[in-house]
Amino acid sequence: MSKLPSKPASIAPVTRRQALIGSFCLCCTPTSAGAARLALTEVGPDIFVRTGVHEEATLANGGGIANVAAIVGRDGVLVTDAGGSLADGEWLRAEIRKRTDKPIRYLLITHVHPDHAFGAAAFAGDQPTIIGHHALPAALAARGEFYRKHLAQILGPDRAGPVVYPTEAVKDGMEIDLGGRVIRLMAHGKAHTDCDLSMLDVATGLLFPADLLFVDRVPSVDGSLRGWLSEAEKLKQLGASRAVPGHGPAIVDFAPAMADLTRYLAVLRDETRAAIAANLSIADAGRTIAQTERSRWALFDDYNARNVVAAYRELEWE
Amino acid sequence: MKILPLALGVAVIGALLPAQPVVAADANAIDAERAARWKTVAEYIFGDRKIEPTETLIKLDAPERAPDAALMPVTLTMPEKHAIRSVYLVIDDNPSPFAAHVTFGPAADPGALQLRVRVDSYTNVHAVAETKDGRLFGTVAFVKASGGCSAPVEASDEEAMKGMGEMRMKFTGGAAPGKPVEATLMIRHPNFNGMQMNQLTRNYTPARYIDKLSVSHGDSKIFDLEADISLSTNPVITFSFVPDGNGPVKVVATDTKNGRWEQSFDTPLTTN
Repeated sequence: MSKLPSKPASIAPVTRRQALIGSFCLCCTPTSAGAARLALTEVGPDIFVRTGVHEEATLANGGGIANVAAIVGRDGVLVTDAGGSLADGEWLRAEIRKRTDKPIRYLLITHVHPDHAFGAAAFAGDQPTIIGHHALPAALAARGEFYRKHLAQILGPDRAGPVVYPTEAVKDGMEIDLGGRVIRLMAHGKAHTDCDLSMLDVATGLLFPADLLFVDRVPSVDGSLRGWLSEAEKLKQLGASRAVPGHGPAIVDFAPAMADLTRYLAVLRDETRAAIAANLSIADAGRTIAQTERSRWALFDDYNARNVVAAYRELEWE
Repeated sequence: MKILPLALGVAVIGALLPAQPVVAADANAIDAERAARWKTVAEYIFGDRKIEPTETLIKLDAPERAPDAALMPVTLTMPEKHAIRSVYLVIDDNPSPFAAHVTFGPAADPGALQLRVRVDSYTNVHAVAETKDGRLFGTVAFVKASGGCSAPVEASDEEAMKGMGEMRMKFTGGAAPGKPVEATLMIRHPNFNGMQMNQLTRNYTPARYIDKLSVSHGDSKIFDLEADISLSTNPVITFSFVPDGNGPVKVVATDTKNGRWEQSFDTPLTTN
């Protein structure tokens, strides 16, 4: 399981079975705030990833439930994402500093969700260019304060962190040069959320789809089900063979991992369409749709019913 | 219809709503606060009419933990349907707790009704049945959900208002005269409740929501609905009626900004 840092730079693919077993073990293991901090794993040349646990944010995990990464170039460091809380971001920054003294020049906030956005304040002293999708500021304005209060109730106000806004907006695409290392950013249409940003490390061909790729942890649909399926096609066209997902192992083979995700989304779409056609109530639909996927994903029961509501909302007026 | 004014509702909530998540140690105090809240709300809506507890006249099915607070399905079941004149749905801790009042007409089959509502915070939900002899009977369920009232409708108000007033109706099962048919009415309407912030202008979008629905079959009323801010965006209502072969089902909807939409739907009887 690539979550455990026993083999740095390990890029061995894990089977679904291993991955699920690994994630469930993490879920049941009592962790202190310190022990929850899995170390950074070097998944490629100067590419460091910390995997998140497949849990909701808790005091014990410190909000560190999403994967976070740092890429080091000749002239500086890019961080994506910064972590799920101020505390999580501070941990990440300290870990980066153990590996490089280069300035942290860029910080990506891949979308509005708190497990990806709230670590940003930990990097304020570095004064990085903070980059987000052009729709991110509006999404943060609408939800940031709600998320902050919720996170503060779990972690305490000091560890949650403030809402941080991007200083640079990506309209369609953007390139960043870290010094001999070009990073290509892509702003997506409504998919996981309405402000998803993905990234490609051009030299290694490693794709960072952020939460457009969930592995092992059940995806949450908060933008557009149909949109996500079409953005997934665009990502496939980039031809990347390996990817760092927003949730799941530190690095995966892109094609099979994306195939698992799109299979779930397609089942959700098709069964929701059938339920709407059969005039099934949304309450009953939440209990029956996509149940064939149940054993394949961690936290399935926590998110599938909500995904069904989102799918109804999107598809019932087709 | 008495509707608890929005401003007062907020003030009462501010005074009574405990911090969430609810701490077990304070359970008794919270129960007392919820009871006091319901007393205030019930007086606004029902005046001094007594509400008797019931486990048989009306049942309320709502998720214990709503997966989506902006769209929580609620089913009301009235097993002794011929005794029922109307039903109320009240979401105690919403800024305006009165959610809906449905008065059944002669063409209704008042055995069941489904609605979709917004829930602002952890709250008791009350369903109250009014019997034909004018008595009130209530039941309650506690639901865990929050943020549903202020959740953005769409990225822009223009997008949210697209197709406003468009309606669809779906019928379940074949129909025979005198046999109840279940129907689902869908109405496109953002149902802005005054709590959604326009993500572009940073202003709150003014309230504009469906406040009245009248549904009839031929010359005969199925139901009238009065609603406030708690119905979800694009309201969906599932009800039953008894077709008699006399014409389509006609829906008239109005909103709080003088919008008025009317549409008729052929019933399975008239199409078959």
